[in-house]
Amino acid sequence: MAAITVKGLRKSYGDNEAVRGIDLEVTDGEVFALLGPNGAGKTTTVEILEGYRHADAGEVSVLGLDPARNAPALRARIGIVLQSTGIDQYLTVRETLSMYAHYFEHPRQVDELIEIVGLEEKRDSRVTSLSGGQQRRLDLAVGLVGDPELLFLDEPTTGFDPSARREAWQMVRNLTALGKTVLLTTHYMDEAQYLARRVAVMARGRIVAEGSPDSLARHGGDARVRFRVPDGLEAPFGAASDGVVEVVAMDLARTLHEVTTWALANKVNLDSLDVLRPSLEDVYLRLVGEAAS
Amino acid sequence: MINLRRTLYQLRFTNLAYWRNPSSALFTFAFPLMFLVIFTALLGRHTFMLDGRLVHQTTYYVAAMASYGLISACYVNLAMVMTFQRDQGILKRVQGTPMPSMAYLAARVIHALAVAALLVVLTAAFGRIVYQADLPTGMALIRFVVMFLVGALSFSAMAFAVSSIIPNADAAPALVNITIMPLLFLSGIFIPLGDHAPTWVAWVGKLFPVRHFAAGMQSGFLGTAFNWSDVGVVALWGAVGLAVAARRFDAEPRV
Repeated sequence: MAAITVKGLRKSYGDNEAVRGIDLEVTDGEVFALLGPNGAGKTTTVEILEGYRHADAGEVSVLGLDPARNAPALRARIGIVLQSTGIDQYLTVRETLSMYAHYFEHPRQVDELIEIVGLEEKRDSRVTSLSGGQQRRLDLAVGLVGDPELLFLDEPTTGFDPSARREAWQMVRNLTALGKTVLLTTHYMDEAQYLARRVAVMARGRIVAEGSPDSLARHGGDARVRFRVPDGLEAPFGAASDGVVEVVAMDLARTLHEVTTWALANKVNLDSLDVLRPSLEDVYLRLVGEAAS
Repeated sequence: MINLRRTLYQLRFTNLAYWRNPSSALFTFAFPLMFLVIFTALLGRHTFMLDGRLVHQTTYYVAAMASYGLISACYVNLAMVMTFQRDQGILKRVQGTPMPSMAYLAARVIHALAVAALLVVLTAAFGRIVYQADLPTGMALIRFVVMFLVGALSFSAMAFAVSSIIPNADAAPALVNITIMPLLFLSGIFIPLGDHAPTWVAWVGKLFPVRHFAAGMQSGFLGTAFNWSDVGVVALWGAVGLAVAARRFDAEPRV
């Protein structure tokens, strides 16, 4: 079952084409990351799925509903954690969650939510007294209060210190254990790689690549094999720089075979052998760079 | 009916946040009461002629500060709070839930009305106890309640309209006050106009809703004439406010 299906989605603001015809499919129960630089059209896309904005063209189905027409029915079943939505500063954590719980027909228990996001010690503190990370955890709790089938997380860790990020990631992982579908937008590669089963890279209003983080990494071109040639031996496969040979492996098995055959014949133990794969970051930067040019 | 239940539950939290927010509780609740004490203490000893009647200034100020209390709660506070809530993305977040926007906004208006009622009751009680001011009774009380309700709803509607025009939260206090402070002075709220105000001041009073509203409110206290046309003008401004708000009011923060 597809939690989200998008076909040919377009949206312009005046002359600015924010989204230029994208297709997406997010399966039930998966964490899907929409990755892209600022201004790529991620937020516009997600806000159309959430029913905040209306598409100019294309088909959109979220949990089987059209967000433009069935926003009230849809909002009972989704949770939205936006980048910059405020929360009343003068209520306590528990009061805030009780208030939002009342907006839903079948909310989760407030105390249970406080535990899920680890704010037990701040239960009766006012929102003003929470740290940035704690406020973000409260945001997440508010997003979960309606026990949603599908959760939208917009840039969940922007501005976090590394340990707060790890914590937030662990929390998102725990969500998938609960069977939630998560659509995550982020401009951090490592976040997408760590959390998502599938990733779509968006740049300039288009999806420029899509797949699992591993398969995307393979988009980056072939693996390279690198090893050191001992002094006095002539380097195979062309020139070595500073005694290091780097070969592009169109066929990794064949290249490795050739390297090991040469090594056995020359009694080289290859203790410096590396197989290098392009990182998702390399791929991402290349894709985004291509889209920009 | 489910929306009424939601509105009532929302009221609880609206109320909690109101009293904990110093700018709401202090500026919109304490100010009218503070002005009441100051004005009656400084200027309350005199009498003057209004509509051919001899009027005690204490009673005049009790009526005027009751009007100011309502405007403060339903217009000044509501316009600022709605702008802040929009700017901070609180309205957008609520919009992303199944809570009907109307139920949420209704809680805001009902709360403003309740705060206004509390201010009027406190003002009247202070006037009665300290200065033996006259209070509306009988038919005058009923007319007073009508003016109060029409005023509360109309000034709330104007609050939403002005909030929809304010670009951001930083501009809110200045813009809200610039729309209301001159009118409070030119409509006899802070300084009684008497029967010899300059013509242009009288025209400002005729055009804008504050003077009409204050006239309706003070008839119950002072025994001056009650004109349904005053109620009509306030309601007309309210209707214009509602029309502007319905077209322009938006939950999204302005970027």
